[in-house]
Amino acid sequence: MVTRRTLIKSLGAVSVAAPMFSMPSIARGQSAGRVVVVGGGFGGATAAKYLKRQNPALDVTLVEASGRFYTCPFSNLYLGGLRDFESIGHSYDELTDVYGVNLVTDWAEGVDGDAHTVTLASGEVLDYDKLLLSPGVDMRWGAIEGYDESAAQLAPHAWKAGEQTQILKAQLESMDDGGLFILSSPENPFRCPPGPYERVSMIANYFTNNKPNSKILVLDSKDAFSKQGLFEAGWRELYGDMIEWVSLSNDGRVVRVDAENLEVETEFGEVHKADVLNIVPPQKAGAIADAAGVTNEGGWVPIVPETFESQQVPDIYVVGDATVAAPMPKSGFCANSQGKVAAAAIVASLAGQEPPAPSWVNTCYSVLAPDYGISVAGVYHVADGQIAEVADSGGVSPADADSDFRRREAEYAVGWYDAIARDTWGTGA
Amino acid sequence: MGIMKPIAGTLAAGTILAASLAGAVQAQETDASVLAGTCANCHGTDGVSPGSIPSIAGQPYAVLIAQLQAFKAGEVPGATIMTRIASGYTDEELEAIARYFSEIEQ
Ligand SMILES: Cc1cc2nc3c(=O)[nH]c(=O)nc-3n(C[C@H](O)[C@H](O)[C@H](O)COP(=O)(O)OP(=O)(O)OC[C@H]3O[C@@H](n4cnc5c(N)ncnc54)[C@H](O)[C@@H]3O)c2cc1C
Ligand code: HEC
Repeated sequence: MVTRRTLIKSLGAVSVAAPMFSMPSIARGQSAGRVVVVGGGFGGATAAKYLKRQNPALDVTLVEASGRFYTCPFSNLYLGGLRDFESIGHSYDELTDVYGVNLVTDWAEGVDGDAHTVTLASGEVLDYDKLLLSPGVDMRWGAIEGYDESAAQLAPHAWKAGEQTQILKAQLESMDDGGLFILSSPENPFRCPPGPYERVSMIANYFTNNKPNSKILVLDSKDAFSKQGLFEAGWRELYGDMIEWVSLSNDGRVVRVDAENLEVETEFGEVHKADVLNIVPPQKAGAIADAAGVTNEGGWVPIVPETFESQQVPDIYVVGDATVAAPMPKSGFCANSQGKVAAAAIVASLAGQEPPAPSWVNTCYSVLAPDYGISVAGVYHVADGQIAEVADSGGVSPADADSDFRRREAEYAVGWYDAIARDTWGTGA
Repeated sequence: MGIMKPIAGTLAAGTILAASLAGAVQAQETDASVLAGTCANCHGTDGVSPGSIPSIAGQPYAVLIAQLQAFKAGEVPGATIMTRIASGYTDEELEAIARYFSEIEQ
């Protein structure tokens, strides 16, 4: 079956070569185009801003559930005692006041890809020519036996920043010296591959300064993790034997959680009891992606690499953690980078033009101590129809770097945060 | 989602058609603002930095291209990250990026 829209789509793909096929770029509506963006996090806020920067005549509406956004990046530094909570909060004032984005503080419930509409929890229905989703992740409740939304009140995930992060912080503060902190880390793919390891570094920093007899146990569903060599060397140097990491092969995989008693059971039946328990569960794309029919069987969104348009439903673009974009990791940096590429593709498409060639970068800084930072970087392009890392580029910080190098990377991590926060929301840290 | 499969099929067909024409036309033009967009994540929007990483907006083209080439060649002692990033671009791409930032007013 070829619908009219898919026909336009396939013709669009060759419009440069065959101009006689070119179609009116906006099939409906009179403005330069109506774009609805769902999710005002790293991907969505960036896309909304860059859409308006490239074409101020576009009608851009951002649907975001919360009035203020708290970033996961640097939430570990808050746990570690390096910053206060409000320093990771951002408003949408720049998007509305400077760029003229319409902000709707509501929850998007449904998408009708044929009718080109988004239905909000309030009942309001928004029409779009192009829809961009950047909903981030949802937890797979129940994937680990006993770990559901109510268990997360007792054993927080803190993998979305906000109340969850504050619960974890309060538990760390009320824990006695000499206590045991356990973090359960999921298998791939998940939001922020180095995140669990930065988190335990920051909690070790907090313990060292406040509760030096405490211990940290990481129970992992993987046998290897991001920047592993650098993390393990840093842990030894900074925190001695405070942090112990248990791999999948050494029975690290948590299969059952008893949140009331702060106990976890691993695959081969060992039970560990924590004083503070942090479960980072398996994840999937945010619910609106399912509702829009753009997810695959694994719960993530396959996209066309050049544009980040859904492979399954035309005129819906998806960026950020929700997507299948490997080898790009699920990071805020990537979400921002993808948001810009999708914005450029949408602007081009609405103007009846081909999308520009895409280019993406990722850098994940991890802060192990106030003066100790490490990083992993990658530059990506499309090769043979797939997203690929540019050969001989990127990589991790040198293993043999001196303390001045590590100090400067910690300083640049803060510089990165200031820059990306300003680039995404227009607000400082 | 009854329309899922046909759309994917149509997309693939479009891609093959476009690919068969690739010799005649370059399907995707390089846009310097897309290449430069990623630098903003560390150097600030339009290369105007709010923090500890240096601003790069409005620097002379000759300075920027020399710096970028030196990073790419691994010839900047003490550089923490720019060698890893600059090595991800062709010389032509670095020239386009340098020109882009040199034309931004500080
Ligand atoms: C502890 C931790 C540390 C991290 N550190 C880093 C780091 O140092 N560097 C880095 O690059 N990345 C880091 N990340 C990863 C980063 O947080 C994510 O990759 C990034 O947030 C993804 O952006 P996104 O736009 O996909 O989703 P998000 O930023 O989560 O934004 C999604 C937004 O959509 C809204 N939303 C979702 N569904 C709906 C709906 N139906 N209706 C209305 N609104 C909706 C949500 O409220 C949310 O505001 C870290 C993550 C964690 C957990
Ligand atoms: C992850 C953060 C990051 C990204 C992304 C990044 N830079 Fe940099 N840049 C730095 C840091 C940090 C320095 C200081 C040198 C170093 O330590 O590598 C720097 C230095 C520079 C300098 C030298 C400035 C001076 O005055 O000394 C130039 C030019 C530059 N970068 C250009 C770029 C361009 C162009 C891009 C995009 C293709 C880019 N950078 C992307 C972090 C970044």
